[in-house]
Amino acid sequence: MMKFKILLFLLCMVPVALFAAEPRIPLNKAPIDTADNASLQRGAITFANYCLTCHGASFMRYNRHRDIGLDEKAVLEQLVYTGQKAGDLMLTAMREKEGEGWFGVTPPDLSVIARSHGADWLYTYLRAFYRDDTTVSGWNNLVFDRAAMPHVLYKMQGSQILEADDDIYTLHLETPGTMSPSEFDDYVADLVNYLVYLGEPAANDRKRIGFFVMIFLFGMLGLTYALKREYWRDIH
Amino acid sequence: MSKNAIIEWIDKRFPLTSNWKAHLTEYYAPKNFNFWYYFGSLAMLVLVNQIITGIFLTMNYKPDASMAFASVEYIMRDVDYGWLIRYMHSTGASMFFVVVYLHMFRGMLYGSYQKPRELLWLVGMGIFFILMSLAFTGYILPWGQMSYWGAQVIISMFGAIPLIGDTLSQWLLGDFTLSDAALNRFFAYHVVTLPILLVTLVFVHILALHEVGSNNPDGIEIKKNRDPQTNIPVDGIPFHPYYSVKDIFGVIGFLIVFCAIIFFAPEFGGYFLEHNNFIPANQLQTPDHIAPVWYFTPYYSMLRAVTVNFLWIDAKLWGVILMAASVVIFAFLPWLDKSKVKSIRYKGPIFKFALGMFVLSFFVLGWLGMKSPTPLYTVLAQIFTVIYFAFFLLMPWYSKIDKTKPEPTRVKE
Repeated sequence: MMKFKILLFLLCMVPVALFAAEPRIPLNKAPIDTADNASLQRGAITFANYCLTCHGASFMRYNRHRDIGLDEKAVLEQLVYTGQKAGDLMLTAMREKEGEGWFGVTPPDLSVIARSHGADWLYTYLRAFYRDDTTVSGWNNLVFDRAAMPHVLYKMQGSQILEADDDIYTLHLETPGTMSPSEFDDYVADLVNYLVYLGEPAANDRKRIGFFVMIFLFGMLGLTYALKREYWRDIH
Repeated sequence: MSKNAIIEWIDKRFPLTSNWKAHLTEYYAPKNFNFWYYFGSLAMLVLVNQIITGIFLTMNYKPDASMAFASVEYIMRDVDYGWLIRYMHSTGASMFFVVVYLHMFRGMLYGSYQKPRELLWLVGMGIFFILMSLAFTGYILPWGQMSYWGAQVIISMFGAIPLIGDTLSQWLLGDFTLSDAALNRFFAYHVVTLPILLVTLVFVHILALHEVGSNNPDGIEIKKNRDPQTNIPVDGIPFHPYYSVKDIFGVIGFLIVFCAIIFFAPEFGGYFLEHNNFIPANQLQTPDHIAPVWYFTPYYSMLRAVTVNFLWIDAKLWGVILMAASVVIFAFLPWLDKSKVKSIRYKGPIFKFALGMFVLSFFVLGWLGMKSPTPLYTVLAQIFTVIYFAFFLLMPWYSKIDKTKPEPTRVKE
């Protein structure tokens, strides 16, 4: 009985932090195209360089990247840095305990992160870090308040500062990074594109096969209708 | 040996030809079935789909709290066409409810639950309850956040039962909390117990149907009007080949919708596969918003609608009682409907209005069940809960005073 009351209370009242509070800015539409292999390959390299150090993508195998035009040789050259085999799962280089010690939480696995959060959330989140001296890492985020993750792509974007006017939040570039803002947007878009692919590697196959299935079914619809009409001719 | 000789050999040992005739070629169905009559055969199709895809999923799924989530992703990535099998099963679950709801609504439109089809309707209700249990036990298996917390909500409903509640929920879970033990047993229910019950009840449902014969959009008994020579109902046609070919056309039409979802929108915007269920179950993190899958949301709204304690029973328990009642109440329709006619075609304006309000309340409650409650939404849920129950509870009164039209003696085209 008590448990139920607690539960209902939780259900009704508390926006408990799974993904913390609502984003403080509207999400931007992620300009992605999962049929664009060049973009997916660029995103994969960014992912292997910057994300895979702390996060795993532990449901994904390296050699699966044949989907996006990387054969085993290319995969081993471009994505594998720590001696795994092409058929291995993309596990993180970090130990779970270490992650908890460094960030307070174990960094989540990213295999299906695009399916739970959506491309727009990720695209906006990765571009919305700003300097905040009150947090442990020195970074905060407009989409995910007090995110445990520091601004990993800092070198490219540079550092932003927050300007808040009532409920209007804007970010200003304080120190520019190695990329211009528009270059950085493209760079993040490639990464998000890759995360969407990573969430469901079979998605492109699915749509391609689906196209033929639909053509077949519409043909069958005509045939079965003709068959039905033929049989029902004598029913009045 | 010719083909006939083989059949003769079998017929002496097994009633093959007689059953073939009784249930197919000489089972006479009314000739005026319309669009609504596709959904019975479609429900069978989805049942077969669920069983076949379910068997293949079972080959690779691991009912273990530490492996379940990963094994589903293994199916999605490493099993050949595993994604297709999984999407057929997950889309099939939602489409099962779509076709069953439409099938039930057909019964309400044309009074198919009325005498002599009360038992047929009750068996159907049994199927509906088993289907809900299957959906619930199946939704736990991927062991995502919604699997976990949705199940928490449902299990805690058992906990709300006075005196035995806590013991009952512990007995159901096999543990003090929802854990690996519960996942294992819900898997057993989902793949063994409930499918056996479901298939058995579907078989009984069809036996009962073939005993009393199908109703039709005019709601008149075709058996009352037989050809004096052949004793065949004059408005009846053999199920096979007429309705078998018609149902095949219906199957293709259904598959177009079904496959469009599977191949182009398997999550269906988060309605068929919820976004939060792509986050592994975590006992320590309650999601900010728990909503059941769409087919449970009307009842979920009614669970949340009660906010006052009443007659020594507190609001939560009333919620649970109301929710259970909202499902069970369908079973009483044969005795609540006092109308002289079966079909909506000959029923009066009050019934038409009442049915319209029922459909409206079902949709509004379903929509509210997906939203986080606000004071306005709670009031709306309360109003539509009252309307929902009024449709059933006032039926003995309004179906009696309603002005009906006379039924024809022959079915209309």
